[in-house]
Amino acid sequence: MSNQEILEVKNLKVNFDVRSEGDMPWTKAKKLKAVNDVSFSLKAGETLGVVGESGCGKSTLARAIVKMVPAESGEVVWLGNDLLGMSSAEIRPYRKQIQMIFQDPLASLNPRMNIGEIIAEPLRTHYPKTPESDVQARVSDVMNKVGLLDNLMNRYPHEFSGGQCQRIGIARALILKPKLIICDEPVSALDVSIQAQVVNLLMDLQEEMDLALIFIAHDLSVVKHISTKIMVLYLGNMVELANSEDIYKAPSHPYTQALISAVPIPDPSVEKNKDLILIEGELPSPINPPSGCVFRTRCHKAQEVCANEKPDFKGLSKDHSVACHFHD
Amino acid sequence: MSLLDVKNLKVEFETADGVVSAVNNVNFSIDEGKILAIVGESGSGKSQTVFGMTGLLDHNGKATGSVMFEGEEILNLSNEKLNQIRAEKIAMIFQDPMTSLNPYVRVSEQMTEVLIHHQGLSKSDALKQSISMLDAVRIPDAVNRIRMYPHEFSGGMRQRVMIAMSLLCRPKLLIADEPTTALDVTVQAQIMKLLADLQKDFGMSIILITHDLGVVAGSSDDMLVMYGGEIMEIGKTEDIYSSPTHPYTQGLMSAVPRLNDSEERLTTIPGNPPNMMKAPEGCPFAPRCNYTLDKCNSDSPVLAKVSDNHFRACHVAKEKIS
Repeated sequence: MSNQEILEVKNLKVNFDVRSEGDMPWTKAKKLKAVNDVSFSLKAGETLGVVGESGCGKSTLARAIVKMVPAESGEVVWLGNDLLGMSSAEIRPYRKQIQMIFQDPLASLNPRMNIGEIIAEPLRTHYPKTPESDVQARVSDVMNKVGLLDNLMNRYPHEFSGGQCQRIGIARALILKPKLIICDEPVSALDVSIQAQVVNLLMDLQEEMDLALIFIAHDLSVVKHISTKIMVLYLGNMVELANSEDIYKAPSHPYTQALISAVPIPDPSVEKNKDLILIEGELPSPINPPSGCVFRTRCHKAQEVCANEKPDFKGLSKDHSVACHFHD
Repeated sequence: MSLLDVKNLKVEFETADGVVSAVNNVNFSIDEGKILAIVGESGSGKSQTVFGMTGLLDHNGKATGSVMFEGEEILNLSNEKLNQIRAEKIAMIFQDPMTSLNPYVRVSEQMTEVLIHHQGLSKSDALKQSISMLDAVRIPDAVNRIRMYPHEFSGGMRQRVMIAMSLLCRPKLLIADEPTTALDVTVQAQIMKLLADLQKDFGMSIILITHDLGVVAGSSDDMLVMYGGEIMEIGKTEDIYSSPTHPYTQGLMSAVPRLNDSEERLTTIPGNPPNMMKAPEGCPFAPRCNYTLDKCNSDSPVLAKVSDNHFRACHVAKEKIS
């Protein structure tokens, strides 16, 4: 495995304009800060897990990296080149190195194309001159890799189960031999026994092809299992970033602690006796986020300084950073 | 006497492609004040079991067998009688609270309607009771929020509204069909804690349908594991977690990634869930099982006793399964 950083995201910000009912046409739209000042780096063969509640900006972050949504400011440095400054023609060669897998396996496949066509589409788009026999060979090769029989090539997506559809999605992402795959909740819609198959498949492929993964999920147990390091997002802000072992053994942000304590453990003797840290209340509106630390309205440690000063994202150790005035 | 006693429940659907049997010979009972979890993957028949019990099947569905509730047969009663029971004695909450609430009607009206119609309360009394019920499920500022429409609540709050609504007539049995699946873990923890508290306060029984083995571990007294419309294993939650005796239960338990453990690789159950259109003749799990014997493919195993209150449906001796 190389030790080279392939992706570096620096101070990435994504804002959405939100207009509310009754606004005049000339009223300035409110800014919704969906991703606020997010920075991280990723090496080949590594997995970054991104966790947080719904609405915390996980998916927007993923989309901003591949420019599916425009970023307000910041840098996305991919193998030394800043993707955000590029025109759509300039970025095209890099697009094939970064692929995505989505949550709803059936909805992300075109129902009117057979799966051979679906899997071959990225190849035909990026390498239009590939001879047809090569395309077929690559498709059946990649289908075997994800555990699908290549004689299913002429079938349509509705003929497959959820787990198989997710394998098709993975095959489509792999055919261009990418260096990074962004997985946006890839196993959330799957049953437990199928989820384990897909997670194992992703980990095997990662090892085999030295892939980097960005793995977005709300299920912390899955994220912990697959990730090298984990980022916790809250209202678009990074609250903690650390190695996956550290974050579970010694979470230092109160939000991370609550999030981890909320995950039910499948063992009655542990689960029925554990001390639950309940977060009270609701996620505040991202249009009008709390001043200072965004988590302070639901934090049991919050004091006056939290309302006035936004905590810095500071390193506790080499691989462990946290944004909190009163971290453990 | 148990509160609910289900015997040989079968649910079948008449479809264009023939009869699909969704639930096959299901037997279980639940005592007063207990929480029973029904666990299974999608398509295992866990929801259809309770829909069949309570007469909520689609028009092409048919339930047979026996369902005794408080000593009386309730299966296939007239709609009129079932409505009475479903309003006052058996309440249900579902996975997606937004689709169970009427988006055009204020929460106050949706809640008071129940009390006015079923208990003959006056409008003001009904409103008072509804507000106190919203307080009970810990919705802050209930007096004002009751006038809001469902879309003005967040997902977790909406599920609280649903719970409050289902408890208005003080039911004996609450059926919760994947109540936290659509919610974030932090909200899920709040809702499960709330359900446990309410269960104690109101002394009701709960049937909790879920696919999340963590949720089951934290909240249920008993559990039953379903696969392909049949019960694979049933017993005390503690017993099943500490010594699962059915290959499917074991597979399920080891397929879950755990926070408190670090394993290199997840154990998987090979293959895919069964297609209920052509249900296998013998054990529904046989095609995916590691221990399959010849007779597994021809004879359906019956539930046999492992120990007190612990039953399994498997031909393979439990000592052989590790």
